[in-house]
Amino acid sequence: MAGPRTLYDKIVDAHTVRALDDKGRVLLYVDRTILNEYTSPQAFTGLREAGRTVWNPAAALMVVDHVNPTTPRRTADMPDAGAARQAAYFAQNARDFGIELIDVLDPRQGIEHVVAPEQGLVLPGMVVAAGDSHTTSYAALGALGFGIGTSDIEHYLATQTLVYRRLKTMRITLHGAAGLGVTAKDMVMELIRRIGADGAVGHAVEFDGPALVALSVEERMTLANMIVEAGARGAVMAPDDKVFRYMDGRPRAPRGALWQRALAAWAGLASDPGARFDRSFTLDVAEVAPMVTWGTSPDQAAPVAGRVPAPEAEAEGDPARRRAAERALAYMDLRPGTPLDAIPISHAFIGSCTNARIEDLRDAARVLTGRTVAPGVRAIVVPGSTAVRVQAEAEGVAEIFRQAGFEWRQSGCSMCLAMNDDVLAPGDRCASSTNRNFEGRQGAGARTHLMSPAMVAAAAVTGRITDVRRLAAPARKPEPCSLS
Amino acid sequence: MLPFVTVEGAAAPFLLPNVDTDVIMPKTFLKGIDRAGLDRGVFNLLRFRADGAPEPEFILNRPGYEGARFLVVGPNFGCGSSREHAVWGLAQLGIRALIGTSFAGIFDDNCRNNGLLTISLDPAVVARIAVVVARPETSRLRIDLPAERVTIVATGEEILFEIEPLRKEPLLRGLDAVGTTLAEADSIRAFEARHRAENPWLA
Repeated sequence: MAGPRTLYDKIVDAHTVRALDDKGRVLLYVDRTILNEYTSPQAFTGLREAGRTVWNPAAALMVVDHVNPTTPRRTADMPDAGAARQAAYFAQNARDFGIELIDVLDPRQGIEHVVAPEQGLVLPGMVVAAGDSHTTSYAALGALGFGIGTSDIEHYLATQTLVYRRLKTMRITLHGAAGLGVTAKDMVMELIRRIGADGAVGHAVEFDGPALVALSVEERMTLANMIVEAGARGAVMAPDDKVFRYMDGRPRAPRGALWQRALAAWAGLASDPGARFDRSFTLDVAEVAPMVTWGTSPDQAAPVAGRVPAPEAEAEGDPARRRAAERALAYMDLRPGTPLDAIPISHAFIGSCTNARIEDLRDAARVLTGRTVAPGVRAIVVPGSTAVRVQAEAEGVAEIFRQAGFEWRQSGCSMCLAMNDDVLAPGDRCASSTNRNFEGRQGAGARTHLMSPAMVAAAAVTGRITDVRRLAAPARKPEPCSLS
Repeated sequence: MLPFVTVEGAAAPFLLPNVDTDVIMPKTFLKGIDRAGLDRGVFNLLRFRADGAPEPEFILNRPGYEGARFLVVGPNFGCGSSREHAVWGLAQLGIRALIGTSFAGIFDDNCRNNGLLTISLDPAVVARIAVVVARPETSRLRIDLPAERVTIVATGEEILFEIEPLRKEPLLRGLDAVGTTLAEADSIRAFEARHRAENPWLA
């Protein structure tokens, strides 16, 4: 292909088995997948019924995360019959098709998008497609990541490929310096608010810019993870030294001479100067404040110092948007004009593939140090993986959560989507570090306010949505080693 | 996969923007290892009351729309979770096509893999169709996939749509995508050998 190319195009070109038409459809080779117990069973049944095998079992990893309980004492028990059946069939499929399984008792267990990077399964330049929408997370590692449905999981397992349509490209450039208390979560929530829940539909998003480079790899994962809530069909970020350092020595990462060869190849993984994008968007992160959602779509959000908007103001003349806002306010039981930081909560949840890595837990722990959860609030923290849990215990972060009155749980997707027994009751109102505030997401009739982990911690101790910047930083800033 | 050629039936308007797959298929219906019983799950919290009785106000429970074959939907329909259960459920309910301005990416691909036709049209055209089908007596549409045409039965108005050939053919013939791709196994193997030679750390 002549001329400068985007990173997305380079990765797609390098994985094109052949073009299927002249409209951008290609047979795309996919390097890796991660399977979970709830979107994969019907794919394996499809293989069984057709008498097909898995093309390359070593290119897949199976992780139990969506339906398992997160009770503090870990057992293999699945109290729910459906969950038990899914876990059993998952294990049977792992055995019968020869794929590595990480079950609930495995010390590597956790949320798939936390586990795969920890294991070094995802490397720069890869195409990773998996049966979960938040597969976009892997952009942070220099891979092209995107979610697929069960039929495409089956297609991948049988053929190592997908029938894929090349996407339009959207560049999101981050510049400026983030203010105190502003996290990657706030940046991506502000992005979604500005471009809308459909703002990146049909596009592969490439993040770049100095404010991106300044973020840690884990913070970049938060950005990449949640950009799917703006409709991004895939995401990429050019890998840099931070990524290579993050990856070096991980169990599945290459070693020795292979590592050196890989590093040399990965150095070229960036958009060429002058590469053309179909759309571009720029965000000055200095303009971003701690964010909170007030509605039932991730773009129904505002800076925490703001107020619940009036539907007519929110609609900008679009009657459908106005109806959606009215419906959202009715569901959320909120009145226009109410200050967001006056909204009381009943639950605080820190967890999910968006915000349950070690840096997220440290952020929240900084706010919680020397404070306790407000009366009447149930506060829960579910680490993103068992490895994160172990690390947080070693650093003393877990103890801060416990002393503050948080329930310190085992890992899983948990209350992010409430497929296990961590379900809110109708009318409960939850400050949540998760990614979706959809109607019924955390339980039928339950209300979700999305925010950063530090903001959830602030809400937990005051009992209402709170600007984390108003809680003075604790006198001693906890450094990982000085806590225990 | 059920082939789609020409289908006629009632179209139900459901025009909220950003209708997500949690709303289309709530989590309580995701506990299976097969695809059974998902018709009951579709829009479950909106379609049924807490006691299990149909919610009479919900569009698919209103007279004239109980057996709807099509939905006319708002922008970014199907956003959120990748759960294909949402599409399986819609298909089991008898929904054969969705007409809207834009569809969420994973959901759209899931529709393609299950014989559910998604038709994207200009907002003004979708709005016009929605107004007509909002009256039960004029809710019938005929969708002719070979001709790429929607006909409003009551008025005879014809609306043309576009669909890429690689999506149209499998729909028309109900093709199994895996079987089609496996016919190219040799070229995939050749690609894979080259790809691994160039990126030996992937092997």
